[in-house]
Amino acid sequence: MAVTDVGGARAVQRVDNDIDADTQLDLLRVMLRIRCFEERAEALFLAGELPGFIHLSIGQEACAAGACLALRRDDYITSTHRGHGHCLAKCAPAERMMAELFAKATGSCKGKGGSMHIADFSVGMLGANGIVGGGANLAVGAAIAARLRQTDQVALCFFGDGAANRGTVHEASNLAAVWKLPVIFFCENNRYASTTAAGAALSIENVADRAAGYGMPGVIVDGNDALAVHRVVREWAAHARSGGGPVLIEAKTYRMRGHYVGDPQLYRATDEVEAQRARDPIDRLAATLAGAGLLDLARLERLRAEVAEEIEAAVRFARESPLPSPEDALADLYVNPIERMP
Amino acid sequence: MPEMTFTEATLAAMREEMRRDPLVFVIGEDMASQGGVFGQFKGLAEEFGAGRVLDTPISETSIVGAAVGAALCGARPVADMHFADFVACAMDEIVNQAAKARYMFGGQCSVPMVLRMPDGAINSAAAQHSQSVEAWMLHTPGVKLVAPSNPYDAKGLLKSAIRDDDPVLYYEHKALFKTRGEVPGEEYVVPMGQAALRHVGSDVTIVSYSLMVQRCLEAADELAADGIEADVVDLRSLRPLDWEAIATSVRKTHRVVVAHEACRTGGVGAEIAAQIGEELFDDLDAPVLRVGARDVPIPFSPPLERFVLPGPADVAAAVRRLM
Repeated sequence: MAVTDVGGARAVQRVDNDIDADTQLDLLRVMLRIRCFEERAEALFLAGELPGFIHLSIGQEACAAGACLALRRDDYITSTHRGHGHCLAKCAPAERMMAELFAKATGSCKGKGGSMHIADFSVGMLGANGIVGGGANLAVGAAIAARLRQTDQVALCFFGDGAANRGTVHEASNLAAVWKLPVIFFCENNRYASTTAAGAALSIENVADRAAGYGMPGVIVDGNDALAVHRVVREWAAHARSGGGPVLIEAKTYRMRGHYVGDPQLYRATDEVEAQRARDPIDRLAATLAGAGLLDLARLERLRAEVAEEIEAAVRFARESPLPSPEDALADLYVNPIERMP
Repeated sequence: MPEMTFTEATLAAMREEMRRDPLVFVIGEDMASQGGVFGQFKGLAEEFGAGRVLDTPISETSIVGAAVGAALCGARPVADMHFADFVACAMDEIVNQAAKARYMFGGQCSVPMVLRMPDGAINSAAAQHSQSVEAWMLHTPGVKLVAPSNPYDAKGLLKSAIRDDDPVLYYEHKALFKTRGEVPGEEYVVPMGQAALRHVGSDVTIVSYSLMVQRCLEAADELAADGIEADVVDLRSLRPLDWEAIATSVRKTHRVVVAHEACRTGGVGAEIAAQIGEELFDDLDAPVLRVGARDVPIPFSPPLERFVLPGPADVAAAVRRLM
């Protein structure tokens, strides 16, 4: 799968609103991959095949796909506890991710992390994070490392409306702004922090309005419009890459599932969720592509079938993979192991 | 051999490692104007530039969190906590990020960072600028801990810590900064996990680290005058722990006092005493005693502070109880 390469400082001049056809189809494919992966994970979890608990980003796929496809493979992302989509969109192999959800030795994290700590450093995905707002300073550090090595990599920090209220995000935003670091703070405002409505926890309407307090640009985008997300991240990634400093992008989206699989969702009405189905990011992009003559029903079905096949292969791989050996619990803590581990 | 202060020794280590590896950088408060709050980074900004000596806002969470992020991406940060007490503001970044990243991501990454933690009581700095907080982190698998007691080790351990690929917490007692000692001009490192025997005796083992080693040596001299000969084991690093050095001495003396400036309850001494009890019970002629601060915050008024902190007399008294 191609990752859009905006190609360094010179790209600023050629950023425009055109997204080529291949990229538009890639966006759709990545969103379908995420949706299929998560619907499968949800069913597997409910069937008792996956231990622990999982958080789904169904309904938010345009954020992950739109943002990550505007980055290069060697750019960094930090993620949230709802990170499957981010990981897939950054082109991590689905089979190792699924094996991780199955707690298998072949998983991305060898069965030590699970859904909430899914990571793939080979594609610059620095980890989902069980600590809300935990990724913000990691992204700042990634940008510092890039600057130290004099590369033009950028770091994109996914965080939610809940994390927006954590001090970590404040400190990271300030530091990135003071040092003009190439960080894209990408807030997926999915309207709920666990069970708390975003409006009940924010004294202003938009998270993006806080950008002014750091002297950085604040941008609001429809988080269910993959093309819009892609355009805005592409533009601001080029800006950051060329030394323009950080940005705060707020993508207005909606979490279609509960906070976790099994969440009784007593905090919102079914009608509210149903009304959001009309905004489904996958249907919207498919309709746009069809309208532009880039997609017909047959091609959409073929895409769906290819994605379903990939995810089924991932499930088969995961099921057939061995569990870790119990004593593997003692491995991977230190690079230089210590001899005496009580 | 040239003499230098503890602070100068750490500076020499920083300079050597920053010259050796362009990915080593400093991040912390008050770096530009005065080279850190205690001057342990003085001159580095001038030699290596603002790009490698990052002068931060008062943002402990960001200092440590950004260090973790940079380390995950291949850089080698040396972060400064100003006062070890302030690590409470960055606890998550150490406990839930630095210590766990490599493990929970299945060995995909490493966190080669050093966090410098000026700790301990000095000059009536009171409750929030005087603590010894190493036990918090000993209870967190995934981080290594070192605590030098003299300039030679300060330099050698800092160099080891910077070169290590795992997160290392470097505890430097503020009362040690101005102490002087011999430090070789030539290249050397002190490997982590190797204790040093600072005083030799066959009657009792005193296990300690950091500034408290100096207090224990004073106690050992006082005890020697009474004919009690003490082994003083300077651990130098708490994880990895040099168990063999402890066990060898205990098998010889059969009596043990573990002494540190941190408060007694739940301290490093409790852990070491427990390990000795579990593994060397048959070698013991007496219970293992702990010496540490009283279980209160460090108070401001000098007589209160003196009362709370352990000194040579407390160590000597503990030893006499065992005889």
